[in-house]
Amino acid sequence: MLRLEKRPTPSQFWLYATPVVAVLLTMIVGGMLFAAMGKDPFAVIRTIFWDPLFGGMSGYLRGQLIVKAGPLILIAIGLALGFRAGIWNIGAEGQYIMGAISGAAVGLYFHSMEGFWIFPLMVLAGALGGWAWGMIPALLKTKFNTNEILVSLMLVYVAESILAMAATGFLRDPDGMGFPGSKNFRNYPSAHNADLIAGSGLHWGGLAALIGAMIVAAILLWHVLGFQIRLAGQAPRAARFHGVNPSKLVVLCMGISGGLAGLAGVFEVTGPAAQITINFNVGYGFTAIIVAFLGRLNPIGIVLAGFLMALTYVGGEMASTQLGLPTAAVQVFQGMLLFFLLAVDVLTNYRVRVGSGAVKVGG
Amino acid sequence: MTELLAVKGVTKAYPGVVANSDVSFSISEGEVHALLGENGAGKSTLVKMIYGLVRPDSGSMTLRGQAYRPGKPAEARRLGVAMVFQHFSLFEALDVAENVALGMENPPPLRELSARIRAVSEEYGLPLDPTRMVGDLSAGERQRVEIIRCLLQDPKLLIMDEPTSVLTPQEVEILFKTLRQLSAEGTAILYISHKLEEIRALCDEATILRRGKVVATCTPRDRTAREMAELMVGAAFTPPERRAGEKGAVALGVSGLSVDSPIPFGTSLKDVSFTVAKGEVLGIAGVAGNGQDELLLALSGELKVAADRVRIDGQPMGDQGPVARRKVGLVAAPEDRYGHAAAPDMSLIENAFLTAGVRKGLTNRWGFINWAKTRAFAEEVIAEYDVRTPGPGVAARALSGGNLQKFLMGRELNQAPSVIVINQPTWGVDAAAAAQIRQAILDRAASGAAVVVISQDLDELLEVSDSFAALNGGRLSKPRTVEGLTMDEIGLMMGGAHGMEVAHHAE
Amino acid sequence: MDFGGIDPVILIATLIASAVPILLAALGETVVERSGVLNLGVEGMMIVGALGGFVIAVQTGSPFLGFVGGAVTGAALSLIFAALTQVFLANQVATGLALTLFGLGASSLGGQGYNGIKPPATGQFFPDALADLPVIGPIVFGHDWVVYFGVAMVALLWWVLKSTRVGLIIRAVGESHEAAHALGYKVNRVRLGCIVFGGAMAGMGGAYVSLIRVPQWVDGITNGVGWIALAIVVFASWKPWRVLIGAWLFGGITVLQLNLQAAGSSIPVEYLSMAPYLITIIVLVVMSAGRKGKSGSNAPACLGQNFHASR
Repeated sequence: MLRLEKRPTPSQFWLYATPVVAVLLTMIVGGMLFAAMGKDPFAVIRTIFWDPLFGGMSGYLRGQLIVKAGPLILIAIGLALGFRAGIWNIGAEGQYIMGAISGAAVGLYFHSMEGFWIFPLMVLAGALGGWAWGMIPALLKTKFNTNEILVSLMLVYVAESILAMAATGFLRDPDGMGFPGSKNFRNYPSAHNADLIAGSGLHWGGLAALIGAMIVAAILLWHVLGFQIRLAGQAPRAARFHGVNPSKLVVLCMGISGGLAGLAGVFEVTGPAAQITINFNVGYGFTAIIVAFLGRLNPIGIVLAGFLMALTYVGGEMASTQLGLPTAAVQVFQGMLLFFLLAVDVLTNYRVRVGSGAVKVGG
Repeated sequence: MTELLAVKGVTKAYPGVVANSDVSFSISEGEVHALLGENGAGKSTLVKMIYGLVRPDSGSMTLRGQAYRPGKPAEARRLGVAMVFQHFSLFEALDVAENVALGMENPPPLRELSARIRAVSEEYGLPLDPTRMVGDLSAGERQRVEIIRCLLQDPKLLIMDEPTSVLTPQEVEILFKTLRQLSAEGTAILYISHKLEEIRALCDEATILRRGKVVATCTPRDRTAREMAELMVGAAFTPPERRAGEKGAVALGVSGLSVDSPIPFGTSLKDVSFTVAKGEVLGIAGVAGNGQDELLLALSGELKVAADRVRIDGQPMGDQGPVARRKVGLVAAPEDRYGHAAAPDMSLIENAFLTAGVRKGLTNRWGFINWAKTRAFAEEVIAEYDVRTPGPGVAARALSGGNLQKFLMGRELNQAPSVIVINQPTWGVDAAAAAQIRQAILDRAASGAAVVVISQDLDELLEVSDSFAALNGGRLSKPRTVEGLTMDEIGLMMGGAHGMEVAHHAE
Repeated sequence: MDFGGIDPVILIATLIASAVPILLAALGETVVERSGVLNLGVEGMMIVGALGGFVIAVQTGSPFLGFVGGAVTGAALSLIFAALTQVFLANQVATGLALTLFGLGASSLGGQGYNGIKPPATGQFFPDALADLPVIGPIVFGHDWVVYFGVAMVALLWWVLKSTRVGLIIRAVGESHEAAHALGYKVNRVRLGCIVFGGAMAGMGGAYVSLIRVPQWVDGITNGVGWIALAIVVFASWKPWRVLIGAWLFGGITVLQLNLQAAGSSIPVEYLSMAPYLITIIVLVVMSAGRKGKSGSNAPACLGQNFHASR
């Protein structure tokens, strides 16, 4: 009979092999799904994973990868800190929206002016907006012990309503002939988040993502705070024994992830999206959750996972136009990827055995 | 007396260790039979085989002459074998009747069951109210629930695993009366313990295990405790060395400490006061559930109170957290190794950082951790305290209980603390490691630290303490010197029989 | 008797109906959480059930079979969650979220081609003679059979959890899976059963949305109602009768704000559509704040923790 037996020490091999195996399994099962839909599985997989990197339009598409990966990575590294500590911020989408609104509001307020200081101010406003939105579930949790999963999620819906009010009301372009949507940031060089290298897709958001990943990695490995975050998630009582203040940790993690999500929002709305509209948000806040887990809550892994997810988005759009594959199939694919990752991950801490148990070290 | 259970040549091996090797003994009806041995001797495995939790690799058992090979506990229960475990399988948020029902195969409807619980518990001198929530019961009362669960199934053989570790001396007397009554009615009792005086008082025969083998059978009444101890341990028994040290100024002062318990179903502390001088060891006795965990939390700083309730070297520190207390020299060692004192999935190096970061200067001004220095500290502790491990990078969960405890004790003791608070220093630890730990504690006290040892093991406390107090229901008795303390006095300090009635039964 | 153009009798009758999806899903999740499992995939199971029920109803022409189909689909999806958390010991929060994301994608994918189609209608359960009575007619007798099924389930689950052996075992497993295992109960199997039950209930609740509430298939038809159901389980302290009250409360708020919007109320539309969510947050805060102190929360002690027999 097969049984699972806990390993004395986590397996380093499986720690790195799990995502790879998960991706392969997903491709196989996904391929079967595509075949069942009447599409050639190899063509689909090639279109999604290979073409954007090396195919005909890859010059343009690689830029698109960076455009999509940037916000995913930026949000996911913040989420990963919280998840590691057992703090589940599910409302990153809402913090993203509020960051975008805050940053855009500042930019539009100064739209008639020029100056190098406008953009940094907008970025700061965006980060603060996301941070503040993340503080709501944080404070409710620390003061009233309210579940942060549900509160942060409810706030996403509230944020979407506020976004609608912004697009049709307080941020609407007065010269827009009555159509909803704000002024377009491309017309305002001081406020526009243009590509740093023209056409590369790398705007300030992408850069922030990479720098952020490195900072967070350093914190997790070498800083007391990183140690405390890891400890709180693994052994909460040991964390209190160590001297962690659980409230402080909640506020810090929700604050960082809210701020990073807000940053992603302001970079996006002043860059690729270019204006505040009712649905400029495309669900990065939720996809970032998958990216965080796929990257095993590790910043380096998240960078790789972010690109992988971006690949599924960009490639998925190609497959949609070229092969008629519905975009929902990509969402199914992403969900399957997370399932397989979660399943294969068991091998990191457990081995499969036939028979009875092992003995502890030292006797 | 007719033979009830015969165990013949039973062997059980796991990868790397032989838990039981060719074990044979027998129990007669109505006999009270002790199974004696140190931690790791193989008692648990043997008993699990009798109860059907584990299958023997070879050998056989007979029950009343018939072949006996239970495949699971339900089968054993059906054939009349019942067991009261050392760690109770109880549900705190459910009431007594529900808990009993869950331990039975086909329980009667709750109303009828409640009536039977009342009747049986009265008859055997262990009265229980079926409607009370188990979480509100004391450890002794919870054990009653476990026992009643067994008695309701009319067992012929009752196995008891270390039953008195959670009882005050008076409660032990009441339990023994119950067991003697059962024995007189023909129920055999297999009594697992390492408490020699109790076995001499209660048991008819004893089988002694060491390293998986039967090393002796004897009649306890005919032997001294020391003789049985030597058979158990296999060596001459030496108590630890006490070096007389100078007692200095008061290092730890607790006055009027009253605080609610943060633990669900916990015990609040009420007006606890004591002082400990440098070089003194204060032993605090008490069965589990009387406030030990709460006292440790209040002293370690996890539970904050008014500032002047806890003074360290004269400074009011009651409102400070663990980090601040470590800075001024107080270290604490909680009872629970896997999840409180250490993070089981983290390496020994990371676990070393867990508490030693402050006093060993393992972080720089900006908060970055010096892992090389931490590793060196971990290696120092491993070497000095003889911790058997392939290396410091191994996860804490890979170590055996005794080795991990040695590491954790060493981690605290090697921080050159001025005050040390330890909760249950040697529970679940084999004799050799336990002796090392107790010696280390005494050595630190001799070099000037103030030590508080909280323990359920009275023998241990009497061995190491200078002063003695007992926790009962969250209150601390007035500490007094250990010299001349009698068991009766100790029993009273520990709260007598906690509202249990003296045993009586319908005659 | 009207206020602002809204008839209170119709309001109450509509709120009872609109509460049904949340009620069914929340009841299912209550049982799941009582056994110690936190399944955040309710939204995914509901929307998959909405699609499954819709497709079966349209293909077979029988709305009743549609509801059965919804339950089966929801249960099937929940099996993935059960396998991942009980066999592969995956983190319950992550797996639940994955379930929701997957469910949303799968329903969107599977629903291509069903957009805009109307399903066969489900009629009123009681005869007109009863349903036309003033006031109590529409409120008590004017509903379809699923509404009454929902209330019956509340009573059934209350009785099962309180007084039967099955209910006792479920509660025991949720309180202390270690103790339950030591007593010989198959913890993972009990939880599997509860998870599948939760999936079936959520699926049925989703089917109600696509077959009766809307009624047609639209991408994203459940619109976050699964998350509300999770909040209601907490609000109800894991007790079936309180789940009913919570579902009616939320149903009432939703219906009220929709009616206010339609009645041309002066409150801006966006504030009205935010209201149910803000009120849910306030309710959650009130429930958690009131529970500080020695006995802690009323949640099952093992909620969210995986169990692995380590013999």
